[in-house]
Amino acid sequence: MNDMTRVERAVDSKDIKINAKQVQVYYGDTHAIKDVDVEIEDKTVTAFIGPSGCGKSTFLRCLNRMNDTIDICRVQGDILLDGEDIYDKRVDPVQLRAKVGMVFQKPNPFPKSIYDNVAYGPRIHGLAKNKAELDEIVEKSLRRGAIWDEVKDRLDAPGTGLSGGQQQRLCIARAVATEPEVLLMDEPCSALDPIATAQVEELIDELRSRYSVVIVTHSMQQAARVSQKTAFFHLGNLVEFGETGQIFTNPEDPRTESYITGRIG
Amino acid sequence: MTDASMQSPETGRHTVSLTASDARTKKRAAAEKRFRAYGITAIATGLFFLIVLFASILSQGIPAFQRTVVSVDFTLTQQQQEQAEGTLFKTKAYSDLFISELNSELAERGISVDFDAAAIERLLGKVGGTIRTFYAENPDKLGEPIEFDLAASSRVDGYFKGRVSRDTLQDSRFLQLSDLDLVDALKEAGIIKQVFNWPFITGADSGVDNPGGAGIGASVVGSFFMMLVVLCLSLPIGVAASIYLEEFAPQNRFTDLIEVNISNLAAVPSIVFGILGLAVFIQFMHLPQSAPLVGGLVLTLMTLPTIIISTRASLKAVPPSIRDAALGVGASKMQAVFHHVLPLAAPGILTGTIIGLAQALGETAPLLLIGMVGFVARGYPDGFLAGFTEPNSAMPAQIYTWAARADVGFYEKAWGGIIILLMFLLTMNIIAIILRRRFERRW
Amino acid sequence: MPIVWLFLIVIAISAVGYVLGRSRALHSAGGDSRNLHSLPTFYGANVALKALIPAFGLLIAWLLLQPLYVNSQVSGMIPDTAIKEGSSRSLVMAEVRRTADGLNNAVSQGLLTEIEAANPNADNAEVTRILKEAGQVVTSDITQPVLLAAQKHRVMNTTGYSIMSVVIILAALAGTGISWWQTHAEYRARNVVEQGVRALLLAAASIAVLTTIGIVLSLVFNTWEFFKLYPASDFFFGTTWAPSFSGRGGASDLGIIPLLWGTFYISLVALLVAVPIGLFAAIYLSEYASPRVRSIAKPLLEVLAGIPTIVYGLFALLTVGPLLLDVFGDGGLGWMKAGTAVMTAGLVMGIMLIPFVSSLSDDIINAVPQAMRDGSYGLGATQSETIRQVVLPAALPGIVGAILLAASRAIGETMIVVLGAGAAARLSLNPFEAMTTVTAKIVSQLTGDADFASPEALVAFALGMTLFILTLGLNIFALYIVRKYREQYE
Repeated sequence: MNDMTRVERAVDSKDIKINAKQVQVYYGDTHAIKDVDVEIEDKTVTAFIGPSGCGKSTFLRCLNRMNDTIDICRVQGDILLDGEDIYDKRVDPVQLRAKVGMVFQKPNPFPKSIYDNVAYGPRIHGLAKNKAELDEIVEKSLRRGAIWDEVKDRLDAPGTGLSGGQQQRLCIARAVATEPEVLLMDEPCSALDPIATAQVEELIDELRSRYSVVIVTHSMQQAARVSQKTAFFHLGNLVEFGETGQIFTNPEDPRTESYITGRIG
Repeated sequence: MTDASMQSPETGRHTVSLTASDARTKKRAAAEKRFRAYGITAIATGLFFLIVLFASILSQGIPAFQRTVVSVDFTLTQQQQEQAEGTLFKTKAYSDLFISELNSELAERGISVDFDAAAIERLLGKVGGTIRTFYAENPDKLGEPIEFDLAASSRVDGYFKGRVSRDTLQDSRFLQLSDLDLVDALKEAGIIKQVFNWPFITGADSGVDNPGGAGIGASVVGSFFMMLVVLCLSLPIGVAASIYLEEFAPQNRFTDLIEVNISNLAAVPSIVFGILGLAVFIQFMHLPQSAPLVGGLVLTLMTLPTIIISTRASLKAVPPSIRDAALGVGASKMQAVFHHVLPLAAPGILTGTIIGLAQALGETAPLLLIGMVGFVARGYPDGFLAGFTEPNSAMPAQIYTWAARADVGFYEKAWGGIIILLMFLLTMNIIAIILRRRFERRW
Repeated sequence: MPIVWLFLIVIAISAVGYVLGRSRALHSAGGDSRNLHSLPTFYGANVALKALIPAFGLLIAWLLLQPLYVNSQVSGMIPDTAIKEGSSRSLVMAEVRRTADGLNNAVSQGLLTEIEAANPNADNAEVTRILKEAGQVVTSDITQPVLLAAQKHRVMNTTGYSIMSVVIILAALAGTGISWWQTHAEYRARNVVEQGVRALLLAAASIAVLTTIGIVLSLVFNTWEFFKLYPASDFFFGTTWAPSFSGRGGASDLGIIPLLWGTFYISLVALLVAVPIGLFAAIYLSEYASPRVRSIAKPLLEVLAGIPTIVYGLFALLTVGPLLLDVFGDGGLGWMKAGTAVMTAGLVMGIMLIPFVSSLSDDIINAVPQAMRDGSYGLGATQSETIRQVVLPAALPGIVGAILLAASRAIGETMIVVLGAGAAARLSLNPFEAMTTVTAKIVSQLTGDADFASPEALVAFALGMTLFILTLGLNIFALYIVRKYREQYE
């Protein structure tokens, strides 16, 4: 169709998926994100940690342009997905979001059946040619979401009738169904009980084999458990970014140390 | 999928540049645009209707505020009066005097046109009678030059406003084609002219065959008395009911019953309130038909749910901390409500009341059933108390009466009445908005 | 004594009571208000309320009951023979009341003396003449029984009102006296007054219930009367509506089906106009419009809701009707015979309902949680896909409720159909033909000079009953749906 815009790339495990350079975000007059540079690798779980209001969720929402739905929000700087600027005028945010899926803090299944919740993405993007293919995608996604066994007998039941943990895994399955390349998770476990949290964390670890996962979390233990890379945000600045083990055992910045030892936050 | 997609060997996904849009994306973007266009079209249609509505009100109603008069300087001496009173056909004598006066004025301006007494009668009605009555009532004006503004007939008025034209006019006993020559001549002489129609604003309704003389003033007074009844009853009752339901009502069946009743009454068609008024106030209590008192009672019952709903919202908006503070210094519940909550909610209550009154002012259907149409409200009530009990019309009922009459001359009056009615409503709503802006409190 | 005077006297008594109660309380506390249980004003208010409430309660009850009592007494005076063929007792009683009013007027205008007015042997023709002179509409010559009954009616009313005045003033005085006597420093005046005020508040709140009872009773009672004169099955299943205008007589066909059909058809046209426009306007305003556009367009659309229905009626009759006639009439497509038609009324009613549908739907769409939209956008759905597939299905019950409320509005709307729909009742599918509705016929049967005892007038109450039940059912159902919907997201 348009060969000039096709991007050839070598896919290896240490590939940089998203490259953010000098990102600034303003909410009206408030400067919410200042000079953030971060590189997010493919097939890796990257965790954003930091105290409340530090801008980690705001930054996450920049990565698939969810901030577009907020009128007063402005984004400056470059965010490159596979080398392409996602804030380019020619980019359709709709296509972007199909590639960069998102899971939200509170489970938000649509008031539809479980099947329709998962089939929604493939349907709007036209991923299935017929009902059989769609069935296949739904089953595959629910399996990847580690919820297939629990719901396979009641796919017609409303998604809102599931428990909180199940709802969140359903939302993950829903996000996975559109075949994204990056999966953004905004505190996916904050509304869940410890058992459901453990299930979701286990799932995140499995998803790593296929996707680049970015997770915002309040809990440092969770970041340590699931991520390979960790970014620490404080007051809108990216303070430190590196290997998770490094950050938690030997942080370079004193602010990071204060936060992980519980002195700020 | 499409030829622009490329299978990446490891993951099995296709990698497409973000800026490349395939056929499906284009289709989806087009659908998005279409959907947005539907929305814009819907709003544009709504606003278009609004504009058409106002355009037709203004274009057809504004002529009602102008009337065509023949103004002639006329002097009658005592001698002439005595002479005229001595003749057999007294009014004809006056009429002849007027015609000779008119002739001399035309001649003065160098205009000559043929006309007879019958033409004058078609144009101006019974001039002689009008003049005779005037001098009988004001004998001291005899011998002085008086400027008479005589209202032209509704057809002549229509000729000036474009309702009647030479092409469409058919000779009748009301107006003949030849009369229009006279009208044109008088117009050239500046004797016939259009002036602001004060009688429309201050006057009362006229008979079915005299659209020119109809005025809205008496029905404004009728509406005023009705609104007075509505205000005096619905404000205290509505506020009391709201205070009870919001602050004191226990959780029980009776409270539920009241709540259900209020929300249902708010949606009962207004005509049903008319039936209630007819059956209870007129058939059962034998209150006078067509009286503003009855209209006011019916409209009160209709407005109460509106006022209760808005008053409760204002009471609810007062934060509980205010009540706690009052109770904390040992005030009784009643004192807390009347000393603190009610004053704080007052602007909201007032705003709601004004809007409720505006609604009641424009309501027509119940008034039809309690007999406010179908008779001619010819005058103002004599005195304040009579204002409540004497039969009178109300603005919307008067407009309906005019719209239902056969003579098209009344349509203009109906539109003009609507302009007056809408001006009242606009004023009330602006007062409500100012009140809300001025006293609105954010907690 | 006019009631206004009675009113003022009672208020004056209670004002005096207020002063007396207050001073007695202060006196009993030795002039130091700190020794009182309540503030001095409460003692005054206690006395004033106890004078006012019983007196006014009694006044209202008396005014309601006396006419009933007098009527029943006087009614017994009229022998069955005095009731003409085809007439009824209630008609004769109306005549009696008119005559009594006429006598009162004649006396107050000085045309009759009290003695002449009470003279049972007065000449009927002479009395009729005097009453007409006094401005009373008396249909025919007064007959002897009617005159006697009217005189009795008058005397009973006069004495009744005199007794009432005395009793009420006594009640006010008694209330003042007793409560004044009770007043002393330890008397818990505040609690008593607050109880009283609370009772008044409850009474005010109960008016809503009384109104509903009033509506139901007046409808049921008159509908019952109607069904005694006209078979209910003919009313509910009759397919022709042709009331005879001659007054009484069995020649009327009063079938409700054509009226219901007209109502339904016009409402349908109105909803076909209002629902798409209102719904899309609401969607655009809540999902797409910038705050600036919203702050301008929303109030402008709501202006349409604030315009009185008489204005729409005139708009239908004088603007839209002729306009449609130009296009679809004999000069154009030739489908339309006159400006008043289903299409005219339906179109204008639709315009009136646009803001009704749009603001209700707007509220409901806004109540759909943002998380639902985020979930959809996060999957790469466009805004319109999100609205059509997530927001609207989630808001559907609420929107259905809003449409039902609009439908109930359309069914109950009167002025637009009275002026815009025509007067002929007809069962037809052509929307360019004149039809009529339940509400329009209620108006036409109850205005004019019909007497309330004829089936032609009473049918209006049966129509009103039908209308009331229809709209009430729709409202209750719609409110139930909307409430269920709101609960879902709270």
